[in-house]
Amino acid sequence: MTKDLDNVVIKTVSRILVPFMQVFSLYVFAHGHGSPGGGFQGGCIMAASFILLGVAFNLREIGKRFRERNNALMCVLGVFIYTGTGCLAFLSSGNFLDYGTLSDLLPIDSIKARYYGMALIELGVQITVMAVMLSIFVDLVTAGRGEDAPEDTE
Amino acid sequence: MTVHFSVLIVVVPLLSSFLVFAFGLFQRRVCFPATVAALAACLVFSAGSFRTVLTTGRPVHYHLGGWAPPWGIEYVVDYLNGLVLTAIAIVSLLAAIYARTLVAREIPAAKHPPFYALFLLQVTGLFGMTVTGDMFNLYVLLEIASFSAYALIGMGEGAAPFAAFRYMIFGTLGACSYLLGVGYLYISTGSLNMADLRQILVPIYFSQALMVGLAFLLLGIAVKMAFFPVHLWLPDSYTLAPSCVSVLLAPLFTKVGAYVMIRVLFTVFDPSFSITLLPVTTVIGWVAVAGILFSSIMALAQGDLKRMLCYLIVTEGGYIGVGIGAGNRPGLTGSIFHLLNDMFMMGLLFMAVGAIQAHFRTRTISGLTGLHRSMPVTAAALVVGGLSVIGVPPLCGFFSKWYLILGAIEARQWFFAGALLLGSLLNAVLFFRIFERCYFEAPHDPAHRKREAGVKADRMAMGELIPMALMAVLVILLGLFSGYIVQHAIAHAIPPGV
Amino acid sequence: MMEFIFGTFNYGIYVVLILIGFYGMMAKNNLMKKLIGMNIFQWSIILFYISIGSKKGGTVPVVDPSLHPAIRAVDYINPLPHVLMLTAIVVGVATTGIALALLILIYRTYGTLEEDEILEVLKK
Repeated sequence: MTKDLDNVVIKTVSRILVPFMQVFSLYVFAHGHGSPGGGFQGGCIMAASFILLGVAFNLREIGKRFRERNNALMCVLGVFIYTGTGCLAFLSSGNFLDYGTLSDLLPIDSIKARYYGMALIELGVQITVMAVMLSIFVDLVTAGRGEDAPEDTE
Repeated sequence: MTVHFSVLIVVVPLLSSFLVFAFGLFQRRVCFPATVAALAACLVFSAGSFRTVLTTGRPVHYHLGGWAPPWGIEYVVDYLNGLVLTAIAIVSLLAAIYARTLVAREIPAAKHPPFYALFLLQVTGLFGMTVTGDMFNLYVLLEIASFSAYALIGMGEGAAPFAAFRYMIFGTLGACSYLLGVGYLYISTGSLNMADLRQILVPIYFSQALMVGLAFLLLGIAVKMAFFPVHLWLPDSYTLAPSCVSVLLAPLFTKVGAYVMIRVLFTVFDPSFSITLLPVTTVIGWVAVAGILFSSIMALAQGDLKRMLCYLIVTEGGYIGVGIGAGNRPGLTGSIFHLLNDMFMMGLLFMAVGAIQAHFRTRTISGLTGLHRSMPVTAAALVVGGLSVIGVPPLCGFFSKWYLILGAIEARQWFFAGALLLGSLLNAVLFFRIFERCYFEAPHDPAHRKREAGVKADRMAMGELIPMALMAVLVILLGLFSGYIVQHAIAHAIPPGV
Repeated sequence: MMEFIFGTFNYGIYVVLILIGFYGMMAKNNLMKKLIGMNIFQWSIILFYISIGSKKGGTVPVVDPSLHPAIRAVDYINPLPHVLMLTAIVVGVATTGIALALLILIYRTYGTLEEDEILEVLKK
């Protein structure tokens, strides 16, 4: 019974904290060009929000919200966004990752094109980093058996 | 589109690695065709880039992001690059096709998508290390290739995770040492681009920071190249790795490390610095001599065929080091040609050993009795590979050793030439032992007779026979056309000033 | 003498950290401690790179056009080592992840993480 009472504080606080962490991670990602931040940092904070759920409650809580297969697909989606943005530049006869030349195709000027290209790249990085960090945590905690393993920790 | 080949050769395997992983989650049968398709595309890209270099005679520069160097990262394909890229593409494609049945045997079915994803990631790292013209980008791609290697080796059974962990400790030491060297170069010059560094470094050749930086760089590259005496990670990890993994890693990884050493010593640092001002190449040559003798003797002591081949990889790295140590045109020609040859020779030998382990169910030299009756093609492949390693004309190994010895004699380094010849002699002893076992009866040994009568090899799949046969044909062709290759490609690949 | 120490103490710190990490990697018996030593080794190099990017009196490398009419490089610290080390940190994290997964596999096979015990088992 004391175990339940001990956990009430942790569970309540983390339940309140997780949405703020996720919004903060998006903030860090979006302001990466002007203050410390960017894709990797935002992805880590987003992953940390899920890991907080897993540490405070049960590993099942992560699994209820985010299945492992979807996690793997998010990882691939991030890399796809990154390389896709890089290869988009081929269409406007620029080099790889030269999204400044996209201003030839789209109705924006070169500086804005570079700006949005950078934001897209960082988005790809964030998604991949979040997915990989979460999957590292789940794999290590379940000793490789995946999230469907019999749960023996509380 | 041909102008983008230099970057596509890295982007395509990277993207396909993740796509294979994603689609493999749903349909496992798509992994192998997707891998082969990606590697075939890389072959097209690398051959196309090399052809552009051959026809125009000038290196191909590709600026990532449109930023001109030294502010941006650039990818360069010149003669040296193009040769190594094409060789990596051919060997990795043949290894992927060959490994199919072995993967079905050795890796549990649920792990096939991650296996092929790691396979492609490893190839991405190897291609990237070769094609990049930026020192820090090389570190990143080096680490990509290393991680995939650790994970692929850890997929084996028994002591393989332990060997992979020890390899990881060693390899991280090397990679961090390389990073430290790049840091020293960056402090001294403020640039990370290889061509730019070459120009900026010239007036400051005698600064202490630069010499320490070069020492760290070479230590890091030596660890990755399995250069004696930091080769200790190689025998355990490559022996315990699954056969489908060692057929990719063994020919390619250490040779790309040797390519990086040639790049750093002769392109980033002017040859006059590495050869005359500071006796870097001489030191490398002497250490390589010790490496050749030590690892040849260790190879003689092995009863396990695969472990013997691993020590042979260290010996081949020593040969390349001796060629660098000679520091003249024939020596460097020998080094570069030996780099190429060794990829094909080791690929062939490791394919043969993988087939022997899978179908003949033995890995010891003494268990090879009667191989020529049960698996004639594999035995022939073993013979072709072994003769090439010894250096028998007209196979390719002879010509690269010829140039190496010529270079050593021209540099008046008699010990180098003597070590090369002694190494060939020890290799001959190694391989003729194996040939005798395969082709001739073991005398007066009832255990062997009984085993020979009972064992039958399984049939080898076409998917295993054809890549092995193709690899053997390539080894022969490289030898027959060696003069052509040396004259038209390698002669231009040697950095100016040697 | 004091000037030398104050001018180069960052190099001294990174050398000490590298040696601590190296000692951990080589001399410790437990595989987990080797891993921690490797981590310290990598992190010390990252610290070294970041320390060389700093400048006396330099501020955050975000261009503020309201401050000066022209941008003077001496006012901002060098952002390139920071960017390079972001990548190196990711590499370090990936190394730790793979190493921990390998350690789990080793523990499952041998039941111990002490290197000498594993080598004993392997010799047999």
